[in-house]
Amino acid sequence: MGKHTFRVNGERVTVSAPSDVRLLWVLRDLLGITGPKYGCGIEVCRACTSHINGKAFNPCSVPVGQIDSNDEITTIEGLPDTVGKKLHPMQQAWIDRDVAQCGYCQPGQIMAAVAKVREAQQAGREITEADLDDIRNICRCGTYHRIREAIHEGAKQMAADD
Amino acid sequence: MTDVSRRRFLAYVIAAPTVVAAARWADAGTSTTAAPQPIPSAPGLSDTYDLNDLLTDSTKTTANMITVRVNKDGTASFALPRIETGQGITTSTAMLIAEEMDLPVSKVHVTLADARPELKQNQFTGGSNTSISTYTPIRTAAAAAKQQMKGEAARRLGVSADHLTTRDGVVHAPDGRTIPYADLAESAAATSTRQIVVALKDPSEFRIIGRPHGRVDAHAAVTGRKTFTMDMHVRGALPTMICRPPTIKGTVKRVNNRTTVTNMPGVTDVAVISGGVAVRARTFGQCIDAVRALKVTWNPGTVDKDSDKTFLAELKANELPFGAPSPDPLADVVDESFTFYWKSNSALEPNVAIADVRKTRATIWSPLQAPIFTQQEVADLLGFSVDQVKVHVLPGGGAFGRRMFSDVALEAAEASKKFGKPVKLMWHRTDEFRAGRMHPMATSHVRATYSGGSVLSFEQRHTSMATDWSMGFGEPLSASMASAPPAGLGDQGYSQGVWNLTINVPYNFGQVDHAIYEIRKYDDMHTGSVRNLYSADAAVARELVVDKLAKAMKVDRYRFRQEFLKDDDLASGVLHAAAKAARWGRHMPAGTAQGIAFHSEYHGKIAAVAEIDCRPSTVNRKKRQAVTGPRVTKLVIAVDVGLPINPRGLEAQMMGGAMDAIGQILTESMHLRDGYFLEGSWDDYYYTRQWNVPRDIKVIVMPPSSDAPGGAGEFGVAVTKAAVACALAQATHETPAYFPINHFDPLPFHPFPTEPPIPQSPRDGLKHAR
Repeated sequence: MGKHTFRVNGERVTVSAPSDVRLLWVLRDLLGITGPKYGCGIEVCRACTSHINGKAFNPCSVPVGQIDSNDEITTIEGLPDTVGKKLHPMQQAWIDRDVAQCGYCQPGQIMAAVAKVREAQQAGREITEADLDDIRNICRCGTYHRIREAIHEGAKQMAADD
Repeated sequence: MTDVSRRRFLAYVIAAPTVVAAARWADAGTSTTAAPQPIPSAPGLSDTYDLNDLLTDSTKTTANMITVRVNKDGTASFALPRIETGQGITTSTAMLIAEEMDLPVSKVHVTLADARPELKQNQFTGGSNTSISTYTPIRTAAAAAKQQMKGEAARRLGVSADHLTTRDGVVHAPDGRTIPYADLAESAAATSTRQIVVALKDPSEFRIIGRPHGRVDAHAAVTGRKTFTMDMHVRGALPTMICRPPTIKGTVKRVNNRTTVTNMPGVTDVAVISGGVAVRARTFGQCIDAVRALKVTWNPGTVDKDSDKTFLAELKANELPFGAPSPDPLADVVDESFTFYWKSNSALEPNVAIADVRKTRATIWSPLQAPIFTQQEVADLLGFSVDQVKVHVLPGGGAFGRRMFSDVALEAAEASKKFGKPVKLMWHRTDEFRAGRMHPMATSHVRATYSGGSVLSFEQRHTSMATDWSMGFGEPLSASMASAPPAGLGDQGYSQGVWNLTINVPYNFGQVDHAIYEIRKYDDMHTGSVRNLYSADAAVARELVVDKLAKAMKVDRYRFRQEFLKDDDLASGVLHAAAKAARWGRHMPAGTAQGIAFHSEYHGKIAAVAEIDCRPSTVNRKKRQAVTGPRVTKLVIAVDVGLPINPRGLEAQMMGGAMDAIGQILTESMHLRDGYFLEGSWDDYYYTRQWNVPRDIKVIVMPPSSDAPGGAGEFGVAVTKAAVACALAQATHETPAYFPINHFDPLPFHPFPTEPPIPQSPRDGLKHAR
């Protein structure tokens, strides 16, 4: 049983767990951070999508032992703080478009969307329909169309805020 | 006062510390059975009396109360005896209460009621029935709460209640004096329970109902604060999973390494239960390790010798014969048969239940569509009486019919009892596919005859693997069949009843006859009905044949439907609206086409136009571990549900149904081989993903055509499936014989092994961070 120290949503945490336990279960079962959802455990459904040092990843597929003490993990709960607001513009766009239905996949969808938009903006271009076609996150309620609309809207606001 | 005729209903005020008002189903519920119409085709059963009438009628017989409570802060609370699983009923319910109470929607708190056995059939979520059956009772209770407060305000202000108005949670007197509800909640409380008469608003007075409203839980959903069963913390309820058999319904013969597994890191308990071997551990990750480490000798399952092929042969052999020959022996014939393969009905939140079983009581937390039946089943399993079992209903991360069944709650209760400890039992995603419930494989054979400008006959024979209707849904059906109109369904079984109450042929096709036959036993496999029951397949077969008839009779497919639709302006209206918005008949390049379909169910009418692109540049798009294929590029749906309560929620439900539809026609199915399903993940089972989503979707919500709402949850599925199938047939000049169309393509995945039953989580996730 190793001790693992890293940052989650701006706070330094230390947790005892075997190094091979995937980060998702460390977050959910040991730290009580339940925004990242379980949907498959094999990096397919993307319901657990969170950020590591600002990049989207799936904690279901990363042993906690691979997380460095300087790594910053951001889950949906910590997303607003990354822009110093009550809601990240992407979350606001999600509310404005009334995207969610059951809501189970939406934390992962939003975290994936933010990273996707950042990636495009860092490359100096706007998000395209082809970018949106590449998003693999499952939404079993079928909110895909509103997700696309909200990403366009959220992206505009993210660019304006920069 | 506005000059409108308000309908009056019986309500109750309940003795309580603050205002509590109640309504009974039996007094308030009204059925909206349509009168039979003089039409050339004899009306089908479902034309005049459908499944929703039955569900609504069955709730009438269970006289019990639903209550709206006014809190000291002037807000209102209501525990809805239904489950919210994404369909938006907590929002629409808050709107109903806000409307009748003249409160802002944000001041109405809707929660989900625990299992209330006294409600009998009145706590079942399914059949798109919630709005239909709760519309009047909920408003009646809300109106009674407001009336009670107005009475108290009238007394205090010395003004007749008739002269008081209410707005945004405040009572206004003609002279400008006001009293907020917060100041009335306690003083207006009834000291004894009594019956009162209340008037409900006339639809012309509505300020909230019928206007788009965002979901009440939107903020919680996007901030990760919405709490699902998976997220609940119950003291001591450690993660628990099950090592399941390699073939469907196999059983444990022997566990060969129980001690070794019990000693693995984090593992606390290992025990055999009915579904397999349950393991409890500190984290779900350690449960996965333990499930994979278990060495179990298994007994065979129930269908180890069966595959899609054997079932298809059996379905064909058991098809009911067509009835009488065509009225005209010289008439031309259209004869088509279609096969619909297995569909998974798992939601994104996997099956999950928390159970805390003690010596004399048990508590369950789970997303359940039929909690009263779950409570009964758990009590039976544990040898308890119903009142020793508490069942809390949590919002579900999707449902689609899957959560009508109690299996996960029963497994959790059994494991908790065996371990003597609370458990949070979750299914692995691969369990959902391999051991989960499937919508049964079916064939649908249609024969129509036509002569001159008339269709003389239309017959449909649907043959399906048995569907499990043994859950709560079966109870109201079985209870009502013998007595409810129309009588005489009782001895034909649930499948016959559901078929007859949901299936109709909305066209004047002369002699119409449709029937279902199911093979095997309902519990040979894990089956259940996916969103939209039988209609989702049957309507596809029907509308494809309608296209064939139109072509044979050389009439435009839209025009044909308009001409043959049963005499109904609403039906014609949705068809026209969809066709117009989609620019029906516009020039389409070769390899692309439009398709149109119509459907009638849930007290509503719906039409869809789909445009599909089957050109090689689209079909051959490359995506890793994905099925691309033809893409629906544009979709227009026009829907008339009578009275739309929340048009925005209705739009969402139509789009969601359409995503199911697109997948079921083009990409998603299960493959049964030698007693197990090959699929094990969302990258094997190709439910619609972003690369399959139309970039252009328009939902037209028709203006109110009735003063009562119809059903919405499943309504978008059948019509979109049919429109997509028709578009595909048009674009490729070939009518598919089976769905989804990729079912016999080489498998684009390597099936997971069946032992161990679930795959290990990858370790290379950081490599994919971007």
